[in-house]
Amino acid sequence: MCLAVPMKVISCKNGMGIAEMAGVKKEISFMMLPEAEIGDYVIVHAGFAIQKLNEEEAQKTLALFREMAGLEDDN
Amino acid sequence: MKYLEEFRNPQFAKALATKIAENAAGLREIKLMEVCGSHTMAIARYGIRRLLPQNIKLISGPGCPVCVTANGYLDKANAISRLPDVIIATFGDMMRVPGSTSSLEKERSKGSDIRIVYSTMDAITLAVNNPDKQVVFLGVGFETTAPTIAASVLRAKELDLQNYTVYCANKTMPNPMEAIASGDKVDLQGFICPAHVSTIIGARPYEFLAEKYGKSCVIAGFEPLDVLEAVKMLIEQIRIGKPIVQIQYSRVTTVEGNPTALKIMDKTFEVCDTEWRGLGNIPGSGLKLRKEFEEYDADIKFDVIVEPTQEEAGCICGDVMQGISSPTDCPLFGTVCTPEDPVGACMVSSEGSCAASYKYEQF
Repeated sequence: MCLAVPMKVISCKNGMGIAEMAGVKKEISFMMLPEAEIGDYVIVHAGFAIQKLNEEEAQKTLALFREMAGLEDDN
Repeated sequence: MKYLEEFRNPQFAKALATKIAENAAGLREIKLMEVCGSHTMAIARYGIRRLLPQNIKLISGPGCPVCVTANGYLDKANAISRLPDVIIATFGDMMRVPGSTSSLEKERSKGSDIRIVYSTMDAITLAVNNPDKQVVFLGVGFETTAPTIAASVLRAKELDLQNYTVYCANKTMPNPMEAIASGDKVDLQGFICPAHVSTIIGARPYEFLAEKYGKSCVIAGFEPLDVLEAVKMLIEQIRIGKPIVQIQYSRVTTVEGNPTALKIMDKTFEVCDTEWRGLGNIPGSGLKLRKEFEEYDADIKFDVIVEPTQEEAGCICGDVMQGISSPTDCPLFGTVCTPEDPVGACMVSSEGSCAASYKYEQF
């Protein structure tokens, strides 16, 4: 029940907006994340953006995995 | 799907599994509990148990909100659905959950007006569009979902809706973890803490589990690499012998959580005692609407006669949810209890331990 997915913010006005993932667009509420901006990746749960996705942290985690797998960091 | 598929890379999974095996070599048996139903599902679906060395055991906990909803709650929801001019709005997971003698699905087939919604805001729209009906939203879920329910109550007040109420059974997560950590039924070394509950509440509410009960805690995302990295981090903590709370899911979760969501929740809800299926009453583990919002409380608004509560004989869901038994220990599992015809809540919920085990780990 607590599933939430990363979606990209397409529009955002007066606490409501549109976010998109893999071509699917959804109307979502930004009531819990008023600081979200167009272009941000946000985590969406049951129609609400609940947090921003920190892209820098995501890349750091992936770089660590690459290193562990003995691969060059291509970022 | 950006930021999902990268965290399912098999090559990285193999590297993490190798690292875990190296770190776990020579350690005694380690039991780790994944608390959240979405973790249970990810572990079963991606075959994570098979990637771990034999001395690392993952056991499922009480973090599927559908599974822990008490029969008495379902019985009252069914009774409210039978009232004239009532529309029940619910998340889809609740439809087939058996109460004492009925379920929402059965009530709907008998004529109750029950609608599945994606968001609490859809339930508000239902109320706006049906002014001559009473819309009752079934408020089930942990801290991830509770702020969305609080938001709907605030919105109903803003719109001055007289026909929207919530029947609350919201629960909070750290409390049952304490019930398990403080008991002697399961010898646990650590917890894989929930992803999105922690996105709301942050890391601090778990600190007492490390400090008071010596349990290592890692907040993990729901993708397979997240779970594997969390296991790796937990084993490193256990090796060093210093239990702390760490965040693996750093791309989303922070130590503070989401202060805006917490404020919305605190404005609307107060803490109460509540009953968990399988665990019984846990003090301070529930949320109910504050007095100033009681006009939106379906439990107060609808006075219905509720059938006497009955528990299904032979079902061991309660033990499964505490990690005392595994699904296959249950004599009903896969025989009279299957996802098509479930007896217990752990089988009916798509995130229940029994459903996950039946679907992915049977053969």
